[in-house]
Amino acid sequence: MSPDFLIALTMLTNFTLVATSRVNKAIQLAVFQGILMGLIPLAMGLGKHTHILLLALVAIAVKGGFIPYLFRRALRQVKIRREVDPYVGYTVSLMLCAAGTGLSLVLAHALPLKAGTTPTFLVPAALATLFTGFLLLVSRRTALTQVVGYLVLENGIYLFGLLLVEEMPVLVETGILLDLFVGVFVMGIVINHIHMTFDSTDTGFLAELKD
Amino acid sequence: MALLLILLPLLAAAVAVFIKVPAIRVRVLPVTALVHLGLLLVVLRGWRELPLNAWLGLDALGGWVLLVISVLFTICALYAPSYLALRPDRDHRVFTVCLLAFLGLASLLCLARHPGVAWVALETMTLTTAPLIYFNHNRHSVEATWKYLVLGSVGIALALLGTLFVAYAAHMGNLEEPLHYTRLMAEGERLSRPWLRAGFVLTLVGYGTKMGLAPLHSWKPDAYGETPGIVGALLAGGVTSCAFLALLRIYGVVAAAGEGAFARELFLGFGILSMAWALVFMVGQLDFKRLLAYSSVEHMGILVFGIGIGGLAARFALFHLAANALVKSVLFLSAGNIHRSYASKQLPQVTGAIRRTPVSAGLFFLGFLAITGLPPFAPFISEFNIASAALTLGHPLAGTLFLLLLGGIFLTMSDTVMQVVFGVPSPQRVRTPYKDTFATTAPLVVAMVLALGLGLHLPAPLRAMLEAASQTVDGGPPATSAKVAEAPRGLALMEVRP
Repeated sequence: MSPDFLIALTMLTNFTLVATSRVNKAIQLAVFQGILMGLIPLAMGLGKHTHILLLALVAIAVKGGFIPYLFRRALRQVKIRREVDPYVGYTVSLMLCAAGTGLSLVLAHALPLKAGTTPTFLVPAALATLFTGFLLLVSRRTALTQVVGYLVLENGIYLFGLLLVEEMPVLVETGILLDLFVGVFVMGIVINHIHMTFDSTDTGFLAELKD
Repeated sequence: MALLLILLPLLAAAVAVFIKVPAIRVRVLPVTALVHLGLLLVVLRGWRELPLNAWLGLDALGGWVLLVISVLFTICALYAPSYLALRPDRDHRVFTVCLLAFLGLASLLCLARHPGVAWVALETMTLTTAPLIYFNHNRHSVEATWKYLVLGSVGIALALLGTLFVAYAAHMGNLEEPLHYTRLMAEGERLSRPWLRAGFVLTLVGYGTKMGLAPLHSWKPDAYGETPGIVGALLAGGVTSCAFLALLRIYGVVAAAGEGAFARELFLGFGILSMAWALVFMVGQLDFKRLLAYSSVEHMGILVFGIGIGGLAARFALFHLAANALVKSVLFLSAGNIHRSYASKQLPQVTGAIRRTPVSAGLFFLGFLAITGLPPFAPFISEFNIASAALTLGHPLAGTLFLLLLGGIFLTMSDTVMQVVFGVPSPQRVRTPYKDTFATTAPLVVAMVLALGLGLHLPAPLRAMLEAASQTVDGGPPATSAKVAEAPRGLALMEVRP
C-alpha cells in the first residue's frame, strides 16, 4: 500500500469522526486511525530500521489494543451511547473540519520541506488531523468523546513526527509514546470519577467553578 | 551524583507506596526534601563544568530553577505532616507519592539537556500533579482536575509539536541528532527560519498553557481554588517555573539563531495581556484562593514581560522566579490555614482573620505586601528593575503600562485581602478546632524571611549563577566564570541591587 493512500484514509477518518454522533463509532474510528498511524511508517519503507519497526508495532499495539480496551471498559461502566446535544452541531463541525483541512494545506505550503521528502502530504495531513482533534475536544460534551479528540490530536503530532523519525533518539520516541498511553489511562480514571460523582460523563455538568 | 537528584525522590516515592503507617509515610516528605536540597547544593558547585554533549546535567539556568524548586518543596514538605494531620479523613498515600514524584520529575526537567527529554519530564509532571488537585474527592475537585488534565494535555501536545518543528528546523539545516540545547544554540544560524518561528509560537502557546499565561489560564483559578494550599504553592511556584524553564530553553535557541526580536515581541504581548486579564478578574473577587490564582497569572505575565524586555530585565525575571515562588508559598500556605480555620474560602464568611489566626493572617498580609511589590521584599527588587529596564531600553509605552497594571493590581487585591485580614468578623462564621501551631506556621516564617533576605542581599555565588543563567536565556554561549566577569555591566548604575 502506498503511504499516500493511508494518509488520505487518515484524513477521511477525520471527516467521519466529526460527523458521527455515536460514541461507540467515534471510538472505533479513533482506533482505526490509530492502526493507520502504525501502518504509515511501514508503508513509507521505514520498516528496515529495527527500532522504527519496533516502534510501529508498539504504536499498533497501544493505539489498536490497549487504548480500545480502556475505552471499552469505560464504556461498560458509564453506559453512554450517543453524544447528545454537542456544543457545535454535526453539520457545522463537518464544515469547520473542511475549512481546517483547507487551511492546513495553505499553512503547509508556507513551510518549506527538505528536498527529497516523501510523501509531501504528511505535513498538511498532520495539521488537519491536529485541527480535527482540537475541534472534537472543544465541541463535544461527553468526556469520552473529548478523550477521542485528544487521541486524534496526538495522531496529528505523530504524523508530523514521522518526518523526523529516522533522526530522533529512540529514548525520546519511547518516552513520548509511553506518555500518551499513561495520559489516556489517567483520563480514563478521572472519567470514572466524574461518572461516580455526577452519575454522567457529560462535562456540561462541570461548570460549577466560575467567576 | 547529579543523577541522584532525580533518582532519590523517585525512589522515596516508590518506598512511600509500601509504607502502611500514615504518620511514618508523611515523614518521608521532609527527609527527602532536605536530603535533596543538601545534595543539590553540593552538585551546584559544578555548574560551570557541564560537558557540552551531556544528556543530563545542571547549567546555571537549570541549577537556578531547581534551587528555587527544591527550597520551595522543602518548605512545603516541612508543612505537610502537620497539614495532613488536620485531614485524617483523607487517605494520603497517593498524595505523598505524587508529591515525591513531582520533585523527581522537576529535577529531571532542570537537568535535561535535550528538548525531547524536557518535554517527557513536563508531560509526566502534568499527569502526576493531577491526583494532587483531586485530593478533596468532591464535585468541585473532579471538575478542576478534568479541566487541568484536558487543557494541560492539549498545551503540552502543542509544545511537543513545537519541539518537533524546532527539530525539523535543525534537520533542514543538515544538523543531525542528538540535538542538545548547547548544539542547537551553537549552530543557531543553520536552523530554518520559518520552522523555527512556527515552532517557537507553538511552544509558547503550549508551555504558556502550562504556565497559565492569559488567555490560556482558564484551568488555573479552578485548580488553585480547589486544592489544598500546599498543592497551590507547589503548582504556582514549581510546575509553572518548570514550564517557564522549558519555554526559556527554546527561546534561548531562537535567540541564538538571531530571531530573538520576534520572540520578545510575543513575550511582551503575552506579559501585558496576562497582567491586564488578572487585574480584571481580581476586581471584586470574593474567593481568596482564586484571588491568589489570578495573582499567579499576573506574575507569570511579569516573568515573560521581563524576558520580552531582555538584557537586565531578563536577569531580574529569573530573580523574580525565586521571589514569586517564595512569597507564593507563604500566601498559599497561610490561605490554607485560614481556610482550615473558617472551613470556607469566601469573603462574607471569612473576615477579620487576624483575631482568630493571628500568625497565619499576619503572614498572609505580609505576603500580600511582598507580592504586590512593596520594599524591602524580593519581588520589589525584580519588579522595580524590570520596570526601569523597560523604560530605559526603549519600551516606554510597555513600561508605563507595566507600572499602571502593578498599581491597579495592588489596589484591587488589597480590597479583598484587607477584608479577609482586618474586616469585621462576620455573623455567619463557623467555629472549627483549628488553631495556629508552631508546625503549621514555622515553615511559612522561614519562607517569608528568605523572601526578605533575598530582597536585601543576594549572595555572590548566587549572583554569578544568575548572571550566567540570564546569558544562557538570551542565547549566549554556555558561560564560564571568566566570561561572566567580562560581561558588560549594562545599566549597573541605576540598578537596585538585591
